[in-house]
Amino acid sequence: MKVLIDHISKTYVDRKGERTEALQDIHFAIEENEFVVVVGPSGCGKSTLLNIIAGLLSPTSGQVIFEGTRTNTKPHTAVVFQDFALFPWRTVLKNIVYGLEEKGLNKTEQSTIAEQFISMVGLRGFEKKYPHQLSGGMKQRVSIARALANDPLLLLMDEPFSALDAQTRTLMQYELSRIWEETQKSFLYITHNIQEAVFLGDRVVILSRRPGKVLSIMKIDLPRPRNEHLTVEKKYLEYVNAIWRYIKEQAWEALEEKT
Amino acid sequence: MIEKEIVQDKTYFLQMKEHPWLSVASFVGIFLFWEMVSRMEWVPPLFLPSPSGILLEGWAMLKTGLIFKHILASLSRILWGFVIACSFGVAVGISIGFFSIPEAVGNPIIAATFPIPKIAILPLLILWLGIGEASKVAVIALGVFFPMVINVYTGVKNVDPLLIKAALSLGSNRARIIRKVILPSILPMVFAGMKLGIGIALLLVVAAEMVAADAGIGFMILTAADLMQTKKLMVGLIILSLLGIFFNWLFQKLERVFIPWKQ
Repeated sequence: MKVLIDHISKTYVDRKGERTEALQDIHFAIEENEFVVVVGPSGCGKSTLLNIIAGLLSPTSGQVIFEGTRTNTKPHTAVVFQDFALFPWRTVLKNIVYGLEEKGLNKTEQSTIAEQFISMVGLRGFEKKYPHQLSGGMKQRVSIARALANDPLLLLMDEPFSALDAQTRTLMQYELSRIWEETQKSFLYITHNIQEAVFLGDRVVILSRRPGKVLSIMKIDLPRPRNEHLTVEKKYLEYVNAIWRYIKEQAWEALEEKT
Repeated sequence: MIEKEIVQDKTYFLQMKEHPWLSVASFVGIFLFWEMVSRMEWVPPLFLPSPSGILLEGWAMLKTGLIFKHILASLSRILWGFVIACSFGVAVGISIGFFSIPEAVGNPIIAATFPIPKIAILPLLILWLGIGEASKVAVIALGVFFPMVINVYTGVKNVDPLLIKAALSLGSNRARIIRKVILPSILPMVFAGMKLGIGIALLLVVAAEMVAADAGIGFMILTAADLMQTKKLMVGLIILSLLGIFFNWLFQKLERVFIPWKQ
């Protein structure tokens, strides 16, 4: 299985007919079991790209192709959103089985699968809670479990930890790294945080400011499993600096534009 | 020079104290004063009967069972009108909120008919549906329909688009989006519409019964006034107050049962 992001461009046209070019000729592939991180300054169209891959937005040109899929079970992708997007009227368990209901699985199958992912993300004992009773970190665990339970070929994550506090965020990065190793699925992770990108990714796609273009694709050659010791290693810091050099000027421009 | 100064909480007055005894005392006080005014005949009892007299009158009407005839007549009209209005209100509200063609067709019609006071339509409804139950139920249904449809429409428009995206990405189609995302999302707005609607329903049932009826609380109040039975009239008003309180309580209970995710 391989996902090809095939020369995607996106131009928004507003009501006055004014055009904003968000993405320009984005082209890269995501291999099977690969963890790809897209990193870029704010306003580089990262979320636009993710929505296009998830089938929630049409590109102006180009296409997203799933190659060599062994099954035709849809949907191919599942999304973990920045703001969790949990259904407030559903308990943790009911949120997690949402996609399974849509697939027409019976109750026993649903709860067997839900069980598995509830333990994987560490939500045991929270099954009957409503989202509003959970902390941000726990909510995002539910969202991850809900997405994974649907057994997607590609898991899409849109800055999933940026609504969390810094400490929770760090812990969730460790957790996510472990979960990826357990599931052996393809992940596409979007962030503006360079450290996070290097810590999590097999490859990092660096996008420029609007219109978002691929500046570089960097292979992150760091050992797994990845844990907190990694973040003080020389090689890790070199990767972080290398990416920062690409993004620095663009980030300054973005800062000055936002008055 | 000030040696030391202790920081005061500037927000203390925002923490409103509760005065439960004051609520009870003022309520009782008003009735005692009223009783006194009537007993001393400062105002003729024909215009302002005493609270005790009204209660006794109410008790007598309870014993003869006469009162139930009127209450049941009004309640059944409210119930029918309310159920019809809520069903149509939710269905129409979702259609015009979710689909572009119903929105284009429905919105101007609603905007044009909404401002008409519904009681003004009653003569026309009587002309169409006759003087019986149908015209009364219809006027109540019309009155409740509008707040409901507007609330539901607003609710649909305010459904978090992120939740719709989440449902789509998990494999829902449009019909399932309506059932599993839109419907639960708008439930609080439906309840708000019901609370608005029940007030309107009480108003309209009384008005309709005053125009043409042979039973009902509105009819009872009007005939009592014609015969200068002020006590009986007052009993009617108390029943209306109690009905309003009851429906409010009922909807609050139902809301807690149906919307457990909101504390």
